[in-house]
Amino acid sequence: MDRRLERILPRVQKPARYTGGEYNQIMKDKADVDLRVAFCFPDLYEIGMSNIGMRILYSTMNKLDGVWVERVFAPWGDMEDEMRASGIPLYALESGDPVSDFDVVAFSIGYEMAYTEVLNMLDISGIPLRSADRPDLVPLVIAGGTSCVNPEPMAPFLDLMIIGEGEEVNNEILLLFRTARDEGWSKERFLRTAAETIQGVYVPSLYTPEYNEDGTLSTIRPAEGLPARVKKRIIQDLDACEYPTSPIVPSTEIVHDRVNVELFRGCIRGCRFCQAGYVYRPVRPRKPETIIRQGIESLKSTGYQEATLLSLSSSDYRPLSDVCDGLLEYCEPRSISLSLPSLRADNFSMDIMSRLQKVRKGGLTFAPEAGTQRLRDAINKNVREEDLLHSCRVAFEGGWNGVKLYFMLGLPTETDEDVIGIAELGDQVLHTWRQYAKYKNRGVRITISTSCFVPKPHTPFQWEAQVTMDEYQRRVNLLRDHIKARNTTYNWHDPDTSFVEAVLSRGDRRVADVIEHVWRHAKPLQAWSDYFSFEAWMNACKAAGVDPAFYANRERGKDEFMPWDVIDVSVTRRHLWHEREQAYAAELSPDCRKQCTGCGALGLMTNGGCCDA
Amino acid sequence: MPEKLRLRFSKTGRAVYLSHLDLMRTMQRAFLRAGYPLKYSEGFNPHPQISILLPLSVGCASVCELMDFQLVEDVDLAELPTRLTAVMPEGIAAQEAYPAEIKSRFLKWLRVTGRYEYDTRDLAEMAEALRVFYARESIVITRKTKRGMGEMDIRPAIRELTVTPEAGFVRIEAVISAQEPTLNPEHLVTALRQLDETIAPDFAAFRREEVYHEDGGVFR
Repeated sequence: MDRRLERILPRVQKPARYTGGEYNQIMKDKADVDLRVAFCFPDLYEIGMSNIGMRILYSTMNKLDGVWVERVFAPWGDMEDEMRASGIPLYALESGDPVSDFDVVAFSIGYEMAYTEVLNMLDISGIPLRSADRPDLVPLVIAGGTSCVNPEPMAPFLDLMIIGEGEEVNNEILLLFRTARDEGWSKERFLRTAAETIQGVYVPSLYTPEYNEDGTLSTIRPAEGLPARVKKRIIQDLDACEYPTSPIVPSTEIVHDRVNVELFRGCIRGCRFCQAGYVYRPVRPRKPETIIRQGIESLKSTGYQEATLLSLSSSDYRPLSDVCDGLLEYCEPRSISLSLPSLRADNFSMDIMSRLQKVRKGGLTFAPEAGTQRLRDAINKNVREEDLLHSCRVAFEGGWNGVKLYFMLGLPTETDEDVIGIAELGDQVLHTWRQYAKYKNRGVRITISTSCFVPKPHTPFQWEAQVTMDEYQRRVNLLRDHIKARNTTYNWHDPDTSFVEAVLSRGDRRVADVIEHVWRHAKPLQAWSDYFSFEAWMNACKAAGVDPAFYANRERGKDEFMPWDVIDVSVTRRHLWHEREQAYAAELSPDCRKQCTGCGALGLMTNGGCCDA
Repeated sequence: MPEKLRLRFSKTGRAVYLSHLDLMRTMQRAFLRAGYPLKYSEGFNPHPQISILLPLSVGCASVCELMDFQLVEDVDLAELPTRLTAVMPEGIAAQEAYPAEIKSRFLKWLRVTGRYEYDTRDLAEMAEALRVFYARESIVITRKTKRGMGEMDIRPAIRELTVTPEAGFVRIEAVISAQEPTLNPEHLVTALRQLDETIAPDFAAFRREEVYHEDGGVFR
């Protein structure tokens, strides 16, 4: 280990984040490696190591012969200060080598608030921030992840962006890069060839935004010969797709410190606010026997005492019972616990929950998202009040004594009645507890949380104006005044982060200057409330001549060109607009299993099929 | 019922930054990976019965850590260290496993080595000054205790101490009290910082080398 590093590690919080050396990390002999990838996650070790995409791609890319992919995470402020003071550049955990020595620097960007940290990690590595300032092919700076479905705010910084699922496309890019480097191609030639020949590759420098006089985009013009829209990549046969069953076991505690098994991708529900529900389409399941095998293999190879089943809506997985049975058969005699997040509030789910949680009964969490049936219908959240209350009843009868309810304020079409409806729903839950609780003497804790709705690209609400921060605050106050019960707690998120998120998520290339300005003048880990500075964002907007309300609070015209129109996630704009109209009519749309609504996503499947899990 | 066992292991290199809690978790998982089922406590929230005799501070290396544990079945103790080491994170290696016959309270002394680095000062001069310093009749430091700040004379807790200038650093070797009182080797440097800053090193790192009984015999 670097002697300078040895000196600073004892002085920083949680030094084990910065050392690597965990069980199952992939080590390779440098003599056998001719292509090195620094796989960067723009947040702390504990967060990045909890990210399932990061885990999968670390494994799939490392399968390539002669390629060594190592992990890089963001340092917390104390470590960054020490590193900069001692002149230690950002390094990869496996080898300890500086990121600037790598051929490819690849970021996984899952959320907009991490943008500033991408810039920071480049800077601590000594790599110029903007693609235009990096004339050479090496190091190539690329990114993928959900945030890339609107690539424009980060466009000037990245040489290439990956749209969609990375298992295959990442490796294709790495192989082409190896050829390019070995044959001495220019950076331009490589990028152009990648954009022309590999589906799912967006090269920002080959696309030029053009603006109207009113400041809206008129188009993003592709260089000659390139498609106007870059189609996302998906895995056709998820069941056959590589899944890591010898994942790294962090030596220090991370956020999701357990074995993860993936049930399926996509979601049949089509909640209109939910970006994940639209951009991960179409629905593709794994077979139950595959999931059980992967779960058991992972438990054996890691020694974890807990496993969790992941998906966007686990109750929608038809063979869920079989998977639970298969895993419980292995887990129960070994005191391994099995958990299932993302369950719907219905009977079936409650039954499964009771089987899994035999011992500890703490709190249950539901996300009705909206307070009235009308608004829940408008957002297509297919949860009925009676389902929710029935689930609570089962829970209370079963000995649970706490329920957390998550809502959004500022959803399109929301009225004061909908806001007050949240308080009323809370009262109903309390009433249910009074009627059915098994252990009344323990009391009950009902927690209502609200956040401010952020309209997202590629969803039916992509045209919507976000409510202003003042309006959000007014609704918070209204709700607070209507929550009267002593055992109900109300928490609300501040709207300032949501406002910034709204600017970033629907931003265009002009927002890049704002991101760079914030990085330069504020602490970079803006996803953390410890460091988030609303003032810095507003100052940056001013300095960059960007009006944040133009991005956050403006309703877009039906045919306005959106920055993310350069990306084709396969759901048609026509479908999104139709869903928006359905929302305004408070009409439900059927789930994909009941009836295909023809969103377009199935077009990605070479063999067609239907969306069912 | 299988008896209470003791594992001797080392924690060096990148593993020195693992906290005591991290290490406990790592041990549990490593035993499972190696196929040695640990005995769990009874009760509402069962946890494996493992205990580390002298918890180590973060940053300190050791080649003589001891941990007591119980398994649910008898196993071949001769092959246990190799199998366990094979599934450990980098820097943790098991040396031997044997029945824990001697109670942990009989562990009295600890031999540590320290590496004192001075960036600009003359090492021979520093070594001489350190010798004089540690030979004082009493060395009273202020340190954090459970009840706020307290004073401690660390001199009686140091049984032997030698100082040797080496290439690039000064080597300290000391036998210090492990329990009643516990002297954290870091306090050897704290004393310098508090009482004679001019000879405090720019950086110091310690390693536990061996543990002893009251009478000086090696503790196992």
